This record gives sequence, C-alpha cells and structure tokens, in this order.
Amino acid sequence: MTTTQSILNGDRLALARLLTKIENNAPEGRDALIELFPHTGKAHLIGVTGAPGTGKSSLVNQLALHYRKVEDKKIAILAVDPSSPFTGGAVLGDRVRMRDLSGDEKVFIRSMATRGSLGGLAQSTANMTQAFDAAGFDMVIVETVGAGQSEVDIARLAHTTLVVEAPGLGDEIQAIKAGILEIADILVVNKGDRPGVENTEKALKSMLELAHPTERIFRHHGVAMKAETPKQNTNKNLWIPPIQRTISTEGVGISELADLIAKHATHLRSGEGWSARERIRLQVEIEALIQESLMNQFRQDTSKEKYDEVFEKVFQRNISPWEAVKMLMNGRLK
Amino acid sequence: MAEKKIRVLVAKPGLDGHDRGAKVVARALRDAGMEVIYTGLRQTPEMIAEAALQEDVDVVGLSVLSGAHMALAPRIMELLHANGQTHVKVFIGGIIPDEDLIRLKEMGVTGVYGPGASTDDIIRDIQETVTG
Ligand SMILES: Nc1nc2c(ncn2[C@@H]2O[C@H](COP(=O)(O)OP(=O)(O)OP(=O)(O)O)[C@@H](O)[C@H]2O)c(=O)[nH]1
Ligand SMILES: [Mg+2]
Repeated sequence: MTTTQSILNGDRLALARLLTKIENNAPEGRDALIELFPHTGKAHLIGVTGAPGTGKSSLVNQLALHYRKVEDKKIAILAVDPSSPFTGGAVLGDRVRMRDLSGDEKVFIRSMATRGSLGGLAQSTANMTQAFDAAGFDMVIVETVGAGQSEVDIARLAHTTLVVEAPGLGDEIQAIKAGILEIADILVVNKGDRPGVENTEKALKSMLELAHPTERIFRHHGVAMKAETPKQNTNKNLWIPPIQRTISTEGVGISELADLIAKHATHLRSGEGWSARERIRLQVEIEALIQESLMNQFRQDTSKEKYDEVFEKVFQRNISPWEAVKMLMNGRLK
Repeated sequence: MAEKKIRVLVAKPGLDGHDRGAKVVARALRDAGMEVIYTGLRQTPEMIAEAALQEDVDVVGLSVLSGAHMALAPRIMELLHANGQTHVKVFIGGIIPDEDLIRLKEMGVTGVYGPGASTDDIIRDIQETVTG
C-alpha cells in the first residue's frame, strides 16, 4: 500500500512517519503531500499561542477532552517548542500536560521543535496540518509559544487563533507591544483561580477598545489580505474578539470556550472569512515554494566558481551587490 | 534542506515520584543536539508506546527507580513491536542490579546504565546506534 492510501485509511504509524519526512523536508514527504492535497480543506485549524507558562498545553488538553467527550471529534495536536539556538537540540515537554488524552485512538499528539529557520517552520507546520487534515482529523490544534514572527506566521495558518494570557506574569504589556493581540480571534484569560484575573481581563478589554475593529480585521493577515479579501467591514461581519476566562487545571470555562470557537467558525463561514483565510494560507504557501524553487534553480544554474568570482569583485568594491546579482542571473533579470 | 535530528522519547514509567534523573538526561541529550520528547511521571507501557509511535522517535529512554524494570522493559518492547516500531532502540537508566543488566540486554534492550553512568556515554551510545 502506498503512504497516501495508508494515511487515508487511518494508519497512525504511516502518518507519524510522514510527519517526520515533512519535518525533514524530505522529497518523499513532498510527493505524499501532492497526492494528499485533494483530501485536505475539511479540518478546522485552531492556533493557540501566548507567553511561556500561561497554560496553553493544559488548555489544549481540556479542549481536546471536551471535543472527544461532547462532540466525538477526531483531534490532532501539533505542539511547537523552541530549539536551542546553541545546540540545535530541544526538550519538548507539552505532552506532560496532555496525559488525559492518552489511550484515545481519535487523538494524535505530535511535538515539534522550531529548528531555527523561521520560514521553514511556517512551511513545515502548514504541511503537517495538511497531513492531519487529509488523515481525517476534524480539528487540528497548533500550540506555539511566544509573540514573535513565527507565531504570527503560524497564526496565519489557523482559521481561529486563541491568544492565552494569565494573571501574575506581568506580561500583559509585553504581549500588547509584540502585537500578539492583533492575531487573536478569541482571548483566553487562563488561571482564573489566581489573584489578579480581573486586572488581566481589564487590561485586555481596554486594549481591545483601543484597537479599531474594522482596521483590525483588515490588518489581520498583512498585505496579501488587503489585496485579496472581499469587503468585510460591514457591521454584520465584524468579529470582536471575545474574552473567555478559564481554569485549565480544573476544566472551568472550557465548554464556553468551545462554544466561542464554534461561533467563530460559523461567523467565518457565514461571510467571506473562511475562504479568505484559506486563500491567504494557500497564497503564503505558494509564495514560499516559489522562493524556494527559484533559489534551488539558481543554485543549480550557477557554479560555485562563478559565484565566488563575482563575490570577490563585490568584496573588492569593484562592483555593487546589485550588479553582481545581475551578472549571476545571466540576463534573466530585467 | 533535509535536516535529520535524533528524536528521543524520555519517559518515567512506574509509580515512584522522582524524575530528577530523567530530566538531567533529557537536558544532556538536548545539549547534544537531540530532540527530546519529555512525557513526565507515572507513564504506563501503553502510554509510552503510544507516544513513541505518534512522535516517530528513534530511541525510547526509560528512567526506572522502582525495581520494576524487569517487567516494564519487555512489555514496552512488545508494544513497540506490535505497533511496527521494530527499529526503535530502547535505553534504560536507573538503579539496576548487575544480574539484570545482562538479562535486559538479552531481551533486546540496547543500553543499560546504572546510577554511576555518565551522560556522555549515553549520548555517544545513542549517536552510534542511531546514525552508525
Ligand atoms: N493555578 C492554575 N495553574 C494552571 C492553570 N493552567 C495551567 N496551570 C499550570 O501552569 C503551568 C504551565 O502550564 P502549561 O499548560 O504547561 O503552560 P504552557 O503555556 O503550555 O507552557 P509552555 O508550553 O512551557 O509555554 C503548569 O504548572 C500548569 O499546571 C490554571 O488554570 N490555574
Ligand atoms: Mg506548552
């Protein structure tokens, strides 16, 4: 049986191995994805991000439990943690908080390290969610830490992005600075049992009031969104990110959160939102692949000797980098 | 570009509540450039085999203090094999009597380490068995 067939049949080992190939950017991974692509486009992709230790994994655990018990949905979880910039290694510890999910055939948890390259991470994350989607998972939940560019890139993948805050970390201001609220469809204030929840909630509310809702949606996915999104700024299509308080260690607020996620999906589907996000995601992916292909082609077409020769001229200040590129591109550059 | 990393599941089966040793090893493996999936305390053999499958690891590292290694190790290997993960290498560290060392190896455990073992040895052995 081919990898594709095995995956469509729900073979978990085949899926696990494909995920590795995708992560390693191996050609077999790409070949399988070509065959699997027609089977994608059904899953609801949910991004969960926020500062370290806010309770993202605990929340994902509870959400997945809820979806299993109440809605019998098939759930995939991709938990992304940073690689050490010094050694390239990583300790991926999100599973520790997800032990309630073990023993359930309809849950698949995969841990992933960022492995340094930003663009590459977004690409492999996108491709891994496609594999889950094709394998028939109804929900694909992607957990990422922090508030950097990689989180924004990964949020672009999701139909619904949850930003998780918690009291007592002193990170409200930081999150706001980093623009993480810009990507939130739903704000979760976790650790609702801790002192200071009211303050965290208040800070978030006032931030949301400051942000102009219409503009927020338009900036949501950056430049491409502006160009491609059909007009969305009618009042009925305006989504104001709700704030949900949770206690992930006890399961409090989880069914309310699941309701909000469902409401957001309905909202996206009732307007152009869902397809707009699909478009953005696929455009980002195609553009990344174009860049990669052009670069590979360039490397194939250009000998190292030629490159070094031209580079030396730049280094000696005989020609500018721009002239060097023109030379190396052999007239292919207008 | 294709970038292969050694992926290791570090698990702590059994009922005792100490995972200091497991954490030390996990960090050492990370510092050697490996990707370590850490699953925490009180893992059943079923949980360990399931995680090893989902994570498509090359190595399962078990930290045992409870003396239950002679029961746990073969059960975990059996489950790994049943899942089709015959290539996965199992390493065990902990308080293990000398006579058990040999028996574990006979059962197919790749590496067994007592309390005095250095993390450098463990790292070297893993690198050799996975890439060598
Ligand atoms: N009091 C309280 N503690 C919580 C709650 N949710 C999570 N925690 C605790 O917060 C700590 C971090 O939880 P995680 O779920 O690992 O948080 P995370 O955001 O996934 O952490 P990273 O992945 O390391 O960024 C753990 O000790 C949890 O038990 C909550 O609602 N209330
Ligand atoms: Mg986490």
